[in-house]
Amino acid sequence: MNRGAAVEGRTVTVSIDGRPVEVEEGSTIREACVAAGVEVPTLCYLENLAPVNVCRVCVVELEGSRALVPSCSRKVEPGMQVRTDSPRVRQSRRMVLELLASATDLSAAGEEVHRWIEAYGAEPDRWGEPAPYTADAPTPGSAVTLEQPVKVDNPLYVRDYSRCILCYKCVEACGDQAQFTFAIAVAGRGFDAHISTEYDVKLPESACVYCGNCIGVCPTGALMFRSEYEMREAGTWDPQRQTVTDTICPYCGVGCTLELHVQDNRIVKVTSPLDREVTRGHLCVKGRFGFEFVQDRGSATP
Amino acid sequence: MMTETQNPMEMEPTASERTVIDAILGSAGAGNGAARTAEGLRVAVQPERPHGRDRLLPVLLALQERIGWVSPAALGEVARRLRLPYAEAYGVASFYALLHLEAASPAVVHICDDLACQQAGAGRLIEACEREWGPEGAGEGERAVAWHRSPCLGRCAEGPAVFVQRSGASSFGLGAVETPATVMQSLEEGPRPESLPFIYRTDRHPQPLTERMGRLDPTSLDAYRAAGGYSGLRRALALGREGVLRELKEARLLGRGGAAFPTAAKWEAVAKSPDLPRYVVLNADESEPGTFKDRLLLEQDPYAVLEGLTIAGWTVGASKGYIFLRGEYPLARARLETAIATLRERGYLGESVLGEPFAFDVEVRSGGGAYVCGEETALFNAIEGKRGEPRNKPPFPTVHGLFGRPTAVNNVETIANVPVILRLGAAAYTSLGTADSTGTRLFCVSGAVGRPGLFEVPFGTTLGELLQAAGGLRPGRSLKAILLGGAAGSFVGADSLDLPLSFAAVRTRGATLGSGAVIVFDDASDLREAVRRIARFFRQESCGQCVPCRVGTERQWELVERVVAGRPLTSWHEERERHRDLAAVMRDASICGLGQTAANAIESAWALGFLGEGEAVQ
Repeated sequence: MNRGAAVEGRTVTVSIDGRPVEVEEGSTIREACVAAGVEVPTLCYLENLAPVNVCRVCVVELEGSRALVPSCSRKVEPGMQVRTDSPRVRQSRRMVLELLASATDLSAAGEEVHRWIEAYGAEPDRWGEPAPYTADAPTPGSAVTLEQPVKVDNPLYVRDYSRCILCYKCVEACGDQAQFTFAIAVAGRGFDAHISTEYDVKLPESACVYCGNCIGVCPTGALMFRSEYEMREAGTWDPQRQTVTDTICPYCGVGCTLELHVQDNRIVKVTSPLDREVTRGHLCVKGRFGFEFVQDRGSATP
Repeated sequence: MMTETQNPMEMEPTASERTVIDAILGSAGAGNGAARTAEGLRVAVQPERPHGRDRLLPVLLALQERIGWVSPAALGEVARRLRLPYAEAYGVASFYALLHLEAASPAVVHICDDLACQQAGAGRLIEACEREWGPEGAGEGERAVAWHRSPCLGRCAEGPAVFVQRSGASSFGLGAVETPATVMQSLEEGPRPESLPFIYRTDRHPQPLTERMGRLDPTSLDAYRAAGGYSGLRRALALGREGVLRELKEARLLGRGGAAFPTAAKWEAVAKSPDLPRYVVLNADESEPGTFKDRLLLEQDPYAVLEGLTIAGWTVGASKGYIFLRGEYPLARARLETAIATLRERGYLGESVLGEPFAFDVEVRSGGGAYVCGEETALFNAIEGKRGEPRNKPPFPTVHGLFGRPTAVNNVETIANVPVILRLGAAAYTSLGTADSTGTRLFCVSGAVGRPGLFEVPFGTTLGELLQAAGGLRPGRSLKAILLGGAAGSFVGADSLDLPLSFAAVRTRGATLGSGAVIVFDDASDLREAVRRIARFFRQESCGQCVPCRVGTERQWELVERVVAGRPLTSWHEERERHRDLAAVMRDASICGLGQTAANAIESAWALGFLGEGEAVQ
C-alpha cells in the first residue's frame, strides 16, 4: 500500500558497492540493495508501513552527501554511488546497535538483531553500569536504561517499554498506516520520549480497540500477547516446541490469513503474514485474539 | 473491559478554559467539530484540514498564559474541537517545555544557567532562589512561586537572566537579576521597562543592521520610513522578481542561521516551483546558547524585518508569511504585532501591498519552548500543530515545506539584510566584508569581556578586533577559550585572536560562525562547568526521534559528568575513544543538525585539553 511511488516500467541504474543495479524508478536505496543481494539491517522499517527513518541502522554512504542517508526512505536517483560497507557505515551501524542495546532490553528481539550486534561488533556494556530509567542527572559510572515496570492492564496484551526502541511502528500501525485508532503516540522528548496513551491512561480507558496490530509490527517484544508474556514469566515459552499453522480467519468475509502459533496443543499467539494482499499482516481484535473458543470447546458444549 | 475510571481528557473543562479555547477556535458549534464524541474519534479518518490542526499550539499557549497550565480537561476539549486523537494532542503538548501539564504555581520562574549566565553569576542566583522558594520545581501548584533551571534565554549580555510565566498575565523576561527580590518586585509592580544591552557603534564602517537600534521608536512606521525604511521594498517592486534575485546573487548573501546557504538560490528554487501556494517563513526561534541578535532585531527594528519578509514574499510569489517566534520573547511578539497592525492599516501589508497587484500578510506564531524547533523542518511541524520533530531531507523545504508546500525559510538576520542590499545595491553591499562572506555580521559577545553586547562588524574582522571592541578581557585576566557559534559550535583556543571571522576562514580552523554567538572564557572561568552545561543542554533538547541523538546525547551527558567528576570508566583514553565514537555516529547518522552538531563543542574541549586529566589529550 506504500508502494504507490514506484513507477512501473521505468528503471534507474545505481551503483551499490561498485556494482550497477537496475531498479524501478521510485524505489528506495534499500530496495536497490536487496535487489543487489546486499543485506541492510533495519529496525524501524517494515514493508507494510511507510518508512519513518528514525532508527538509523540502515544508513549507507552516498557519494556527494555530507551525512549518511537512511536507505529505507531515500529514493534512488540515476547514477547514485552507494557504499553499504564503508568504515563510516560500519561505525554508525555498530554505534546505533550499541546505543540501543545499552539502553533497551533486546532479549526478545528477533534473532537477526543479535546477529547484527555480533557482526558489527557492538559492545553495549562499555557505557557503564546499567541503571533503571530516570530523567535526572546521571550517577557517575551508570548508564541509564529504559528499565521500568511492565504495563499489564488488560487481558489481551502487555506493554514492556523496557524493551522499546521507539521505532514508531506501533504508533504508525495504530494510526494512519493501518488501524486509524490513534490510541497511542510519542510523548515527551529526548531520552524521555516514550510511547504513551494520553496521560498514560490504562489501555481500557484509551481509544485502543485491541486489534493488536501494534504487537504485529513490534520488533523487540515490547508489545506482547499476554499469553506469551505469562508463559515467558513461567518459563514455559518455547518456540522450539511450537508449530505454525496457516488458516483463514473464521469471523467475516474479508479472508485474512492467520498464522496460529501452537504449543502443547494450545494456541499461544496469532500472527498474519505481511505478504498477503488482503490486509498485509494487519488483523482485527477477532482475528488476533478471538481464538479462545477453540481451546474452550469442552466448556462451550451445552 | 469496561471501566469505571474516567479518561481525564473527557472531564468537563472550566468556564474560563472554554472562554480561552473559544477565543482561538471560535465558539463551539460553529461547525468546527465540537459536537463529536470521543467514540467518534476511534473510527474517524481525519479529513485533510491543514489549517485546522495548526491552531493547536496557539490554543495551548493561550491556555498556559491565561489559566496557568494546560489541564487534561482543556486539552481534551481542544482535541475534540480540532478533531485530534487524545493521544496525539497529549504527545504534542508534552513536547514543549513552556506548557505545564500539571497544575503550576501562579508564577513560574525560568532561571537561565546556560553558558553566559553561568559566568554572570546564575549559580549564586539559583542558590538564593532555592533558599527563598524551596527546591527546583518541587511543590509546584501549591507554592506561589516555582522555579526551574532554563537553557539560554537570549539575554546573554545582561545575565543572569530569567523568564517568568504568570498565570492570567503575560510572561516577561528580565536581565541582570541579582536576587529573588528583583523577580518578586517585577511580579508585584509589573516588569521593569526593557533596557538595551551594549550596542557597538563605530564610524569606521557602516552598520546597516544596528544603526536604528535604540535610536528610533521601534513602534513607529514613520520613524522607520524617515530613516530610509521601505525604500528596499519599493525598489524590489520596481525591479521585479528576477531583478531581486539578480541583486541578491550579486550581493552573494549567505544565510546567517548557521548553514550559510545562498539566499538567492533558496528563493529561486521556491519561485520556480509550479506548486501553489508558496510560503515564506521567518525563523525567529532563536535559541542557540549565547545568541540574542534576532531578539534585538525584532524588538528594536521590527519594521526592517517585516520589510525584508515582504520582499521575500514578493520574490518567491507567496502571499502568506509566518513568523515562528521563540516563546520566551514576549516583547518581540508585542512589537511585531504592533508593527503588523500598523502596516496593514497603512497598506504595506494586505490585499494590495503599496497599491501593487501583490497580496501579502504575516502571521506570528509563538514557540512552546524547544530548541530543536529552530531546525527548519521541526519549525514547520511546530506551526502545523505537530511535535517539533525534524523531517528527513530530502525533500527540502523549497519543494516540500510548510503544509507540504514550497517554502522559503530564513533566519531573522538574513531577512534583515535583504532591504539593506536593495537599498544600498549589491555593489555597495559587497564592498563590506570579504570575497566569500559579504556584508556585515552580528556577533553576540558575552562572558568574560569588559563590554558584552551586540557587535555589527564587517565579515573578516578578526576575533581579536572583536574582543577589543568588546572592551577586551577584564583587568588582570588572561584568555582561556572562546566558544564560537554556541553549544552547536566549538571552542577555539587563546591563540585564535588572529582568526578572521568569515565563513571560509573559520571553517579552515574546523570551527563555525554558527549563530554569531561568541562566548569568552578567561582563566577565572570554569570550562568544565561549561562543558557539563553543553552536555546537559543537548540531553534536554534532543527531540528523541532518532537513535544516535536520543541515546547519544544521554550517553554523552553521562560521559561528561563522570569525566568532570574525575571518575572515568576504565581509562581517560578510553573515555576519549568512547566520545569519538559518539561524535561520529551523531554527526553521520542523526536526522538533523541538532544531533549532527551535539558533540562538536565537547570534541573541541577534548582537543583543547579542557577535559581529561587537565592537560591536552591527543
